[in-house]
Amino acid sequence: MQFSQEMNAFFQQTGKNRKPPIPGFCLSIFYSPSSILHLLFRRASIFYLLFSILFLLAESAHAAKIGDISETRMGEQALRFFTFQDASLRHALIGSILLGITCGLLGSFIVVRRMALMGDALSHAVLPGVALGFLWSMSKDPIAIFVGATLVGLLGSATVGLITHTTRLKEDSAIGMVLAAFFAVGICMITMIQRLPTGNKSGVDKFLFGQAAAISEGDVRLMAVVTVLTVLLISVFYKEFLVMSFDAGFARALGFPVRLIHHGLMLLLAFSVVISLQAVGVVLVSAMLITPAAAAYLLTDRMKRMLWLSAFFGMSAGALGAFLSFLGNNLPTGPFMVLACSVVFGLAFLFAPRHGAFSRWLRQRSRSARVRRENTLKSLYHVLESRNFRGESVTMHELAEQRRETVEDARCQALQLRRHELATLHEDGDEILFTPAGWQRACAIVRNHRLWELYLTNAAHIAADHVHEDAEKIEHVLGEEVVMHLEKRLRYANKDPHGRPIPSLQDVHQETRAPAGSKELAGYGKKD
Amino acid sequence: MTDFIPAFDFHRIFVDPWTQSASNFGWIVVMGFLVTTACSLVGNYLILRRMALVGDAISHSVLPGLAIAFLLSRSRSSAAMFIGALCAGVLTTVIIEVIHKKTRVKQDSAIGIAFSTLFAIGVILISLFADKVDLDQDCVLYGEIAFVPLEPLATLGGISLAPPSVVRMACITFLTILIIVFFYKELLVSSFDPGLAESMGIRATVVHYGLMALLSVVVVSAFESAGAILVIAMLIIPGATVSLLSNRLPIILFLSVVHAALSSILGLHLAIWLGCSIAGAMVVMAAVLFCLAWIFSPSEGLLQRVMRSGNFKPSDETSTLKIHEPNAAPVSNI
Repeated sequence: MQFSQEMNAFFQQTGKNRKPPIPGFCLSIFYSPSSILHLLFRRASIFYLLFSILFLLAESAHAAKIGDISETRMGEQALRFFTFQDASLRHALIGSILLGITCGLLGSFIVVRRMALMGDALSHAVLPGVALGFLWSMSKDPIAIFVGATLVGLLGSATVGLITHTTRLKEDSAIGMVLAAFFAVGICMITMIQRLPTGNKSGVDKFLFGQAAAISEGDVRLMAVVTVLTVLLISVFYKEFLVMSFDAGFARALGFPVRLIHHGLMLLLAFSVVISLQAVGVVLVSAMLITPAAAAYLLTDRMKRMLWLSAFFGMSAGALGAFLSFLGNNLPTGPFMVLACSVVFGLAFLFAPRHGAFSRWLRQRSRSARVRRENTLKSLYHVLESRNFRGESVTMHELAEQRRETVEDARCQALQLRRHELATLHEDGDEILFTPAGWQRACAIVRNHRLWELYLTNAAHIAADHVHEDAEKIEHVLGEEVVMHLEKRLRYANKDPHGRPIPSLQDVHQETRAPAGSKELAGYGKKD
Repeated sequence: MTDFIPAFDFHRIFVDPWTQSASNFGWIVVMGFLVTTACSLVGNYLILRRMALVGDAISHSVLPGLAIAFLLSRSRSSAAMFIGALCAGVLTTVIIEVIHKKTRVKQDSAIGIAFSTLFAIGVILISLFADKVDLDQDCVLYGEIAFVPLEPLATLGGISLAPPSVVRMACITFLTILIIVFFYKELLVSSFDPGLAESMGIRATVVHYGLMALLSVVVVSAFESAGAILVIAMLIIPGATVSLLSNRLPIILFLSVVHAALSSILGLHLAIWLGCSIAGAMVVMAAVLFCLAWIFSPSEGLLQRVMRSGNFKPSDETSTLKIHEPNAAPVSNI
């Protein structure tokens, strides 16, 4: 009988949470429903505006709402933010900046070491530690929670190591295992704490999504200590960390205490995760570690610069997250910080000068345009060659015939050549003439092509009718030095496998149009 | 401390649930079993393909899919939710692949970036619209396995059958089993040897995206009723456990179902004892089973190692080497 009463109590207790009219479904899938209610009661009509700008999801139903938004309230909030009159606000801001710096710095190392998801595992694994720390002091004592979380976090990372080298499970499975198992233990403990008479007001559940406003002065002090420690250790042992990150074998050969450095990094990582919990939350801490560092990784090749950039990104994202969450009347902070980081990463992904997708695309485009131009030059050369370099100009019709395309396409190509000052157009654009630069380039390309063909037949013993395709590709890539080397190896041969003459280096540099030595035909860009 | 950990009372924990409210606990166990079975079957393949953490990522990133589907359809219909989650799931895979392929950022970082971004968007969406959307009561029932028995039973032809979420989950689990049986060869070959699969005319990318779609479907339907923690854990733990016990895929699949059943029953009893979250307790039991397999596995258990070598000690050397091992099987070409 007593049992069924308990059952009833159990279901009533859980049933209580059915009351609030909110889409708790999505969040409560994550955590026990009671833990996330604090998120859901925020009045955030202001954010309809921001939201619709951000996501272009402005529905007609909200259109009426936008008019209602009190600009003043947003302005007031912003003013309050920038005057720093609230102590709690100051703490939130300083805390967010500090954690951004720490996470950015340490994240750089784990990103280049391909251990990015260790951060994820650590951040989930600390949850039982948080609960233990709470149980120890029976209050939200920062020090107790810090110690508990760090210890359990280290236990988690040690377990990952142990699983990977005592079983055949791969590292990703081991990380997933530890993450899920420790997190589940943490969830169980938190639900048990909430069952305690004092547990309901514990605020332990705030650790799931983070609330920067809940950062206390003690937290900020702790964060400052950890940040200073991190910066100090990284600057003192920079060389060790650097070598470890890129070449562990070399580090060992240099006599570095590799194991010690690895565990030191893990310890710092655990510290940074723990201080971030309050503001960012367990689920998203790993993003603060990975995303700024990955963005920096795309922007530079130097570790020092990467550390600076990553710390800067982390810092700005932290401040921005705190600001936005404050504007929206204490919305959860973590997601905004993470989104700010993601935007930075997205920009870096697209526009990074060397590794960005956009710049790569541009480079690729300009490369293929160059290849097209060079092919046109080559065709012009072939036309001239076919009539033994008699006459200077090539008509559009001849070019189109040579390239087996329409006259319009040929004209487009010719215009491209003129734009790059490789050729000039005459007779109402119907005749094309090489400029000196164009002539040199055409000779070089043909020379590359024929030398390569010869090399393939002579040195690689490929049949003469099979070498053209390959030479078509490589002619655009060969550098001058390689070509000279090729020529030497081919003993300065002057006929290609098909019996056509190979333009010599002299022809290329000569700036005259006719390799046959017909000097009387000199003169470019003008019609006789 | 007695407050925190209640006394162990065999009768209260193991007998009473089945004598006094069997229907409640029965449904919870059935639900847990269905969820863990579906997850562990899909999870086995993820582990084989070294994509264990992609499962984790997808289970986080379906959140914005759910939220947007909800906001657009203004209802909580399963169809909308499914489509939303499916899109979000496939989007995650695509983002991971694009980042991984187009830049020099490694796959692990790409996973971390993709899921955290989408998850953050989801959380923000929900907290922005929290006070705007009015929902009926059973919305909030989402995601807590303890609520399963509270649902009104679905009826078929006048006979009450089971809670609707259990029926739904049963369909999904059945579908998963069907797909695995039907495409057994394709999945097997493409998981172990993508090159061979390609030469046999199996389109690796199709299999890859198919698996991801199946994963998203399983994840979202399990989410509805069991909560994310159970999903994430059950994608990895059963597969990891049984891969310590056997080398044969059919045996692995079978054992992971056994693992699923054991952990859901034992987990329920643990939850009753400690009075904690049921899904959490199920995962804890699954992890305990993993530890048992880790210690006692006949082929590579810790105990076996100790007995075989006499002086087993983990060397740090291997661990650092493993960390720097280039990722042998990138997700993209699977």
